[in-house]
Amino acid sequence: MENSMGDKSKGNGGVGTWLLTNLGRILISLVVPIGLFVILWQGFMFLRDSNAPQLVLVLVAIVWGVGGVAALFWVTNWLVEKMPKEWTRRIQPFVFVGPAIAIIAWFLFIPVIRTLILSFQNDISNAWVGFANYIFAFTDRVMLDAFRNNLLWLVFGTFFSVSLGLVIAVLADRSRYETVYKVLIFLPMAISFVGAGVIWKFIYAYQGLGVGIQEIGLLNGIVVAMGGTAQPWLTQAPWNNFLLIIIMVWLQTGFAMVIISSAVKGIPAELLEAARVDGASEFKIFFSIIIPSISGTLITVTTTIVIFSLKLFDVVYVMTGGNFGTNVIANEFYLQRFTYGNAGRASAIAIVLLIATLPVMIYNLRQFNERRAF
Amino acid sequence: MASVTFDHVYKRFGDVIAVNDLNIQIEDKEFLVLVGPSGCGKTTALRCLAGLEEISDGRILIGDQVVNDVAPKDRDIAMVFQSYALYPHMSVYDNMAFGLKLRKTPKTEIDNRVKKAADILGIGHLLDRKPRQLSGGQRQRVAVGRAIVREPKVFLFDEPLSNLDAKLRVETRANISKLHQQLQTTFIYVTHDQTEAMTMASRIAVINKGLLQQIDTPQTLYDRPDNLFVAGFIGSPAMNFFPAKMNKSDGKLFVDGGTLHIEIPDDRMTIFAPFEGKDVIFGIRPEDIHNPQFAPPGIDAQPVEAIVDVTELMGNEIFVYLKSGEHSFVARVDPRSRYHFDEKVQMVFNMDNMHIFDRETEKAIR
Repeated sequence: MENSMGDKSKGNGGVGTWLLTNLGRILISLVVPIGLFVILWQGFMFLRDSNAPQLVLVLVAIVWGVGGVAALFWVTNWLVEKMPKEWTRRIQPFVFVGPAIAIIAWFLFIPVIRTLILSFQNDISNAWVGFANYIFAFTDRVMLDAFRNNLLWLVFGTFFSVSLGLVIAVLADRSRYETVYKVLIFLPMAISFVGAGVIWKFIYAYQGLGVGIQEIGLLNGIVVAMGGTAQPWLTQAPWNNFLLIIIMVWLQTGFAMVIISSAVKGIPAELLEAARVDGASEFKIFFSIIIPSISGTLITVTTTIVIFSLKLFDVVYVMTGGNFGTNVIANEFYLQRFTYGNAGRASAIAIVLLIATLPVMIYNLRQFNERRAF
Repeated sequence: MASVTFDHVYKRFGDVIAVNDLNIQIEDKEFLVLVGPSGCGKTTALRCLAGLEEISDGRILIGDQVVNDVAPKDRDIAMVFQSYALYPHMSVYDNMAFGLKLRKTPKTEIDNRVKKAADILGIGHLLDRKPRQLSGGQRQRVAVGRAIVREPKVFLFDEPLSNLDAKLRVETRANISKLHQQLQTTFIYVTHDQTEAMTMASRIAVINKGLLQQIDTPQTLYDRPDNLFVAGFIGSPAMNFFPAKMNKSDGKLFVDGGTLHIEIPDDRMTIFAPFEGKDVIFGIRPEDIHNPQFAPPGIDAQPVEAIVDVTELMGNEIFVYLKSGEHSFVARVDPRSRYHFDEKVQMVFNMDNMHIFDRETEKAIR
């Protein structure tokens, strides 16, 4: 009561003060963001136009970049907190998530939409062609070959990567030299796909027929040593596809193994002992206890590698360039866009690839949400 | 149903001897409890019996069969683990049926056994649930159920109550005792809790540092502990110990330790006479220290003076923590007694139930 009385008396005497303070507040809340914007803009201009030494530029960029982001968050948050409580509560989450969404929209959503538009246009994007590009994507012999090969990659590449990773993870778990084995298997992960391509090009190398030609390829070396004749491995369809898939398995098994291994280690030892006392053989334990216990991880690893094999490009590009019946969708996309300069077809292929990966992504995300601890 | 024999069993982990020359003969249908402090080797002994650890030396027999090289699944045992180790992806029914399915038991037989075990344990309504949907007590019962349906020769329990709250533990304790009577099978039970051991066992094996200290019925262990460790381990609050010396004066034997000066009853002088002049430890249980007012008649009472430190009223009894010189000890006295902090009081020791240990060997003298 006393308080409201006091307020009233104050209100009577100070309408002008009230107006002034609020005007001041509004002014401040305008000036601060504008000031911040000016500072950020100046920083940008300085970085763009300055001839200052490299080191200074780098330092400014770091301070300006990190500090700018922090200041941006801080000022927006400060502004939002000036609002009525109800509004603060509603808007505040967007202050922090908003910039991330904006960046994703700019770099992901807009390009997808642009690609979609391009896919309905001709090679130089100046006329609409309807579904022609998609008809090409689904009927052209080159594309059909690519689809078939991608299917091979998807099925065999994923199967061997995951199952080898699983077997090695479980076996290494019981070995005394676990770390050594795991490092050896994981090592290829550190090699880029192009690097791996170079390595395997030597393994599959074929010098051709001729007098005094020495085979330098490891595989041909073994074949010749065993009394066979050297083969041009990478040109023999359809087996060359499998030779390429081996490269991916070599690279991806380490990834699968590391993730699965941590899941296997998460299984309580007592659970396996209980099964052993219950009468389960080690095989039964593997299939009835270990695999169900890590099914969530297995699904995540499998879908990750499935998506990966759908998008696969580097190995094929480096090893065969998509020739000799080893073409894949991503490589054909690259050829269409950058070699043949056909933006329409390339975009259509990109969209097809996107649609192919979507279900896997959605399944993966759903699994992720549903995953519960036992 | 079968007997179990540990015959000079050793288990070494590198330089550590977890189980040291263990010899136990467990009769058929017996409820044997292995008890000891954590790390004493009791769980290792049980795991050796289950076949989860290989023994370093000796023999383990189930019935007449040496099982040293028999796989766990062929030993016809069932084990309840401390963490229960239920299969998280299987329903309660499948958890219980898993072992039977592996043994190719006919489906109707599996169904009967699971239903029967579920009835005994009162978990019939939970059969379709997954372990994560169960409370701790329910999980514990499922773990027991998984063992029951197998109808094994020997049941092994590895601290199955340690994850339950106090009330549930008391309840489950009684249920396991009842189960033992119903099933008429050999039970081997590991715990660090002497109360569990005392309440359930037909015999208790006390183990410390890998060595079997004593094996006997609960009452005998309590009344006639073989050594200092068993005396201190069994009973709560623990037995009071007084380091002292055995002295002779005026033709009588005395236990002398600082403020403590206790006469040995005449009828037992001959037993202790050889220890004259030696270091001993005098032991007496809290319930054998009485308020003279309420001391039972006819006991051989020896007066001792002490100062009250703390009193704990339990309702049916009072724990009095007393000090006498460098000694401190606990008495469990009649609830009608009234004691106050720092009060000088006289207590009486019931010499009929005293214990004396050789301080060097820690063995009971009797």
